[in-house]
Amino acid sequence: MSVLNNLIGGLSLGSVYAIIALGYTMVYGIAKMLNFAHGDVIMIGGYMCFCAMQYLGLPPVVGILIAMVVCTVLGVLIESLAYRPLRGAPSLAVLITAIGVSYYLQNAALLIWSSNPKSFTSVVALEPIQLAAGRLTVTGEAIVTIIAAVVIMTALTIFTSRTKMGKAMRAVSEDRGAAQLMGININRTISMTFAIGAALAAIAGVLYCSAYPTLSPTTGSLPGIKAFTAAVFGGIGSIPGAMLGGILLGIIEIFSNAYISTQLSDAIVFAVLIIVLLIKPTGLLGKKIREKV
Amino acid sequence: MKKLSKNTVYNLSTYGIVIVAYLIVQGIVLAGGLSNQIRGQLVPICVYISLAISLNLVSGVSGELSLGHAGFMSVGAFSGVIVAAALRDSGMGGVPILIISMIVGGVISGIAGLIIGIPVLRLRGDYLAIVTLAFGEIIKNIINNLYVAVDARGLHFSMTSADGFNLSEGGRVVINGPMGATGITKLASFTMGVVLIIFTLFVVLGTINSRHGRAIMAARDNRIAADSVGISVTRCKLLAFTVAAVLAGMAGALYAMNYSTVAAKKFDFNTSILILVFVVLGGMGNIRGSIIAAAILTLLPELLRSVADYRMLVYAIVLILVMLARNSTVLKNYINNVVNGIVSRIKAPFSGRNGGKGGASE
Repeated sequence: MSVLNNLIGGLSLGSVYAIIALGYTMVYGIAKMLNFAHGDVIMIGGYMCFCAMQYLGLPPVVGILIAMVVCTVLGVLIESLAYRPLRGAPSLAVLITAIGVSYYLQNAALLIWSSNPKSFTSVVALEPIQLAAGRLTVTGEAIVTIIAAVVIMTALTIFTSRTKMGKAMRAVSEDRGAAQLMGININRTISMTFAIGAALAAIAGVLYCSAYPTLSPTTGSLPGIKAFTAAVFGGIGSIPGAMLGGILLGIIEIFSNAYISTQLSDAIVFAVLIIVLLIKPTGLLGKKIREKV
Repeated sequence: MKKLSKNTVYNLSTYGIVIVAYLIVQGIVLAGGLSNQIRGQLVPICVYISLAISLNLVSGVSGELSLGHAGFMSVGAFSGVIVAAALRDSGMGGVPILIISMIVGGVISGIAGLIIGIPVLRLRGDYLAIVTLAFGEIIKNIINNLYVAVDARGLHFSMTSADGFNLSEGGRVVINGPMGATGITKLASFTMGVVLIIFTLFVVLGTINSRHGRAIMAARDNRIAADSVGISVTRCKLLAFTVAAVLAGMAGALYAMNYSTVAAKKFDFNTSILILVFVVLGGMGNIRGSIIAAAILTLLPELLRSVADYRMLVYAIVLILVMLARNSTVLKNYINNVVNGIVSRIKAPFSGRNGGKGGASE
């Protein structure tokens, strides 16, 4: 039964990674940049929800909505102020700018909320469900997180394949120049991508903090790196890939924690990533790009 | 007299700049003109300069984005500390011990670089970046769980705890898991730092201007074309990667010897990024730029101490603005317009044609 318990723990952690990784992968696929500030948007989302619930006494649902709205505005703002002027610049310049934004958000949070960790009250009010005569426990957070991830993934898939904006996104990610010639507004499409990514980060932030209830200005960086790893693991740019990568990463992490070594679990996660990339250099579901001479 | 080539002049002037800067700073230190805080930063500045130069070999010259440079620094730092601890009672002077531990740190880090480089360099672009990041994290995680002790019988290693060592008399724990290395004898000095920079410059500039260096750059500029004229692209990249790892290991050993304790978590992803920021701000492939960027950006947080709490915020804004100013065409045009406007305003009263108004129309 402990295997099943761990499996559920892994699925739940993996779903959080998957939601974050979806944001990474969409931004990468469309803007072709590694948005290192994504992890810090998660942290801001956590703080926003915390403030709404703790200081304003609002119900959790309103807290999540506020976090999503603030993060969406933040994401669009970051894109238009810091990344848009660099369109067409070398990718490393954009990467360093993203790191600058990440430092900025972390230090702004440090000034506003201080470095003392805040204890986050879970947004999920469900009691843990006991199955098989109490040997199997499923926490409310796990259920909500897994359901949220599945819903988000389905919604995103429908969005990108059916709606006009979604199709525009796919076109921009395929060939930006050609998409522009077809009359697609590139700037608006990229803004929209950042808005969606940031809103997902807010949800992930709230769910992550509900499962691991300490909130500090550096809360976002480790899940950020892990989710980035997950996105690459699944093949960066691919939406089902991000989902698969996130969930596998979560399961591997929880299982190596439980059965191999608690201290070395991060090392094991990254080692698995390296092995996968060596066997399949573009990730699990990544497209193989043929090189033209 | 034979005329010096352009490259030689560039290289010699780079050494010259470093030596002149060293003499000036040393003069100010002797005159007591530096505050303690800044003096404490001298060795780290040297370390970061040489790290930036060595990373520039990988990222700028060889064109591969590496996000795990701090990992090699870490390997060098901890192997250096172990060697220094083992040699402490040997009766050697401080400088020879420092040099030996830096060399050992460099060699072990180079071996790590070679082992990591062989599989990693098969990948490209962002995938290579994420794998170097992953290796950096793995190295940090392993060293975080490493326990090493030294006594009369030799070195003892463990991955679980320091309790089972049964040390003989006079033995001591050198690396204590997450606590890191403790009780390090401070051997580093500013002079050794500058010697390290000169050595790093010598190796990196020597590599760039050699046959191998030209092959590395050819592989960066066009992988397929380089491959088709018989350059082994993988071997070139591996060479750059390993040389950079050796140099980073030496810098790491020097860095560790500047403190009494150093923990593995110091050499994390953020440190790798910090070094990368130096390289990118200084200009990819531009060695002199790396030196200047590393020196200024290491000092900047110290100089910003007057704004206390806001210093890292200011640092972040400066970083973003510099990147925007360097790379954004819109902003570049804007700055040019402003500068031209000011210049023509100053010129206008003297030209007499436009009267006092001046004009951006010129």
